[in-house]
Amino acid sequence: MLDFIARRLIAIVPVLGVVAVFVFLMLRLTPGDPAAVIAGDNATSDQIAMIREKLGLTLPIWQQFGIWMGDILQGNFGESYFFKKTVAELIAQRIEPTLALAVCTLVVALSAAIPLGVIAAYKQGSILDRFVMGLSVLGFSVPSFVIGYCLIYVFAIELGWLPVQGYIRIGVDFWGFLERMVLPSTTLGVIYIALVARITRASVLEVLNEDYIRTARAKGLSNRVVLMRHALRNAAVPILTVIGIGIALLMGGAVVTESVFGLPGLGRLTVEAVLSRDFPTIQTVILLFSVVYVVVNLLIDISYTLFDPRIRY
Amino acid sequence: MSVAVQPVLEVRNLSVALPKGADREHAVEKVSFTVNPGEIVCLVGESGSGKSVIAFTVMGLLAKALKPTSGEILLQGENILTAPESRLRELRCTRMSMIFQEPMTALNPVMTCGEQIDEVLSTHTKLDPAARKAKIIAILTRVKLPEPERIYASFPHQLSGGQRQRIMIAMALVLDPVLLIADEPTTALDVTTQAEILKLIAELQAGQGTGVLFITHDFGVVAEIAHRVAVLRWGELVEMGPMEQILSRPSQPYTKMLISSVPSIHPVHRGVRLDGATVLRTDKLGKTYSGKSFFQKARTVKAAADVDLDIRRGETLGIVGESGSGKSTVARCIARLIDPTEGRIYLGDTEIATMSARKLRPHRRRVQIVFQDPYRSMNPRITVGESIIEGPMNFGLSRDEALARARSLMETVRLDPNSLDRYPHQFSGGQRQRICIARALAMEPELLIADEAVSALDVSVQKQVLQLLDEIRVRLNLAVLFITHDLRVAAQICDYVAVMSKGRVVEYGSAEQVFGSPKDEYTKALFAAAPGRNWDFGKASAA
Repeated sequence: MLDFIARRLIAIVPVLGVVAVFVFLMLRLTPGDPAAVIAGDNATSDQIAMIREKLGLTLPIWQQFGIWMGDILQGNFGESYFFKKTVAELIAQRIEPTLALAVCTLVVALSAAIPLGVIAAYKQGSILDRFVMGLSVLGFSVPSFVIGYCLIYVFAIELGWLPVQGYIRIGVDFWGFLERMVLPSTTLGVIYIALVARITRASVLEVLNEDYIRTARAKGLSNRVVLMRHALRNAAVPILTVIGIGIALLMGGAVVTESVFGLPGLGRLTVEAVLSRDFPTIQTVILLFSVVYVVVNLLIDISYTLFDPRIRY
Repeated sequence: MSVAVQPVLEVRNLSVALPKGADREHAVEKVSFTVNPGEIVCLVGESGSGKSVIAFTVMGLLAKALKPTSGEILLQGENILTAPESRLRELRCTRMSMIFQEPMTALNPVMTCGEQIDEVLSTHTKLDPAARKAKIIAILTRVKLPEPERIYASFPHQLSGGQRQRIMIAMALVLDPVLLIADEPTTALDVTTQAEILKLIAELQAGQGTGVLFITHDFGVVAEIAHRVAVLRWGELVEMGPMEQILSRPSQPYTKMLISSVPSIHPVHRGVRLDGATVLRTDKLGKTYSGKSFFQKARTVKAAADVDLDIRRGETLGIVGESGSGKSTVARCIARLIDPTEGRIYLGDTEIATMSARKLRPHRRRVQIVFQDPYRSMNPRITVGESIIEGPMNFGLSRDEALARARSLMETVRLDPNSLDRYPHQFSGGQRQRICIARALAMEPELLIADEAVSALDVSVQKQVLQLLDEIRVRLNLAVLFITHDLRVAAQICDYVAVMSKGRVVEYGSAEQVFGSPKDEYTKALFAAAPGRNWDFGKASAA
């Protein structure tokens, strides 16, 4: 087990290396000059050149990359060009809404998707099954900003049940925080529900054909016990895998959702940083997202052992 | 048995309809029989005879597509065919229990064995946890599992197949049901384990007076365990009677045919010739698997070691052994489907054990395999004709030449050459295995390996395929390596027999010698465990 974790953690290093090179080159190969953005509309070309010099953007690309890597290895993620803060500070400020959004979305999505998937599998071929599967196609195909605006229109504007936008820190006002999380996490959760419900249905259906399900029924257990105790736990591994892969969806979706609902999180920070060509911020946020992705999937792999005693690393 | 005894199970005039579009209207048609307390009734039949459908109908576990259309099923006088689901749930495991064919898959892999038995008790009784635990330990002891406490906490994958079947039996009998339905409970087990499980079932049921409905396709098992036998064919009851009578004086032609198809355990005298050229020789062949790990010590498993075999032209060498004995490993090494780690393999004069994959390619044609499961060893998406000609065309034959060869081979295996453009699913299991044989022969091999090639087939089909293999061997003067766990089959088809155990050959000699006067202790134990060894089915009916 320790062996496995050690190997997987070591494997993060080359992944981050590739991501770092890729992000770094992509930012520098796309048009747009951070110096021009910082200098503003009325700047002269001399001023821009001076800023460029100060930021180190005149050095050869490989040298810029070397300096950046050297800084990162010392734990220094650089200073934002735009916000006049270190990137570390900036991320620390913005991480809470994103984390909160991710957790709420997971809770909303899983508590809806897993029961829906199990019921659809149990009632395979019924109207209910078709309804759930139809919804999941819809969930996949409608873009999340459309869903977001529709939810805002219905629940915030027409019904007035929930606030339209904004964020309150969890420590400041818990109910206010929850109120403001409902719509964004539902919006972001829709695609996730579609994905997880589908895979849950497929996975449970497969397990329901297994011999031990027949054994469980031959014992005289009720359908509920057969489904929840015997089928779902055996179906868990593929479901977990998809939850892990779906984390990427979540991070991508956060960018749009945070913009729609005005949440001051990492997603919106990314958008702002991209618009202002804030290289250090973009690079660090993307590196952070890749670390999260790899670590979450490692945790998922480890969690398999909780559900299936046959899996040992 | 007195007339006054109420049967535990009475099936009257039972019919079960198949879904529309099936090859026949009913899975089971107008079947009636009874099972008395303390009695073991065997339902015997080939695949598709409806024997399992009857068992599942009794338990109320029938697939939704199948519908009982008439009849009654009385469990101690109560009609359970019309009982609601809730009543059936109450009866399951308390009055009637069932054990299944595959102990490997019949237990939930993510729950401990103790928990799984405990579920039965917590569902059907009001015992407190301590009393439940005590009862479980007691039943685990009764089914003769060692260290019941450890077994209680074990997961199914930590136990052997025989142990898992004991868990199933413990689970089924923990509440002393009056009826036990056993659906091919020993089919997936090795012979020695099978013998133990059969003995256990007989002991437990005799002790408790349980009525047993025992489903099997194996007349050896019937001879071991049955009091009465019911023979089924295509969903209809052919005949029923006491075991002795059915096995020695069957009245119906179908029963006679079935029983005469069971291969005899006594080898036929085949007049071994010693003049054939050696086709294959192995020299200290071995395969060691080793798992590498960062921190832990590497584990090694010797799947086969020091295997010396030779086969001449026109001769069949059998490798017999239980699962895990290494017999399939040896076959796969010889075909170089896996790479041996030790020793040499001589195919004629060519040493192929260490040959590189590229150099080996031209020699691949010379060794061909027929696998166990004809349902899974053919690509379902291409026609059987394409499957047969693929190999020869790879080795340079033109399409027309290959097709001509395929047509003549279809005749050799007694199938219609015009069916080459059909797909595998349009053939029965026996027909598919013939096609697999034709596919192997299309390569004009020197050595044909049959890896459990008849194990998945019904006895009557098995007999035909065995005859076909033997005919082909004689006609083409082929060397055949026949891998089987079935001693009866080995006795009928092999000139020489190698008995393998734990990766090694423990006894090797002519079939007559090995079967007639086995020397090794393991071989003796194997023969002693063969079910129905005292019944000579093949001979009795031929006379």
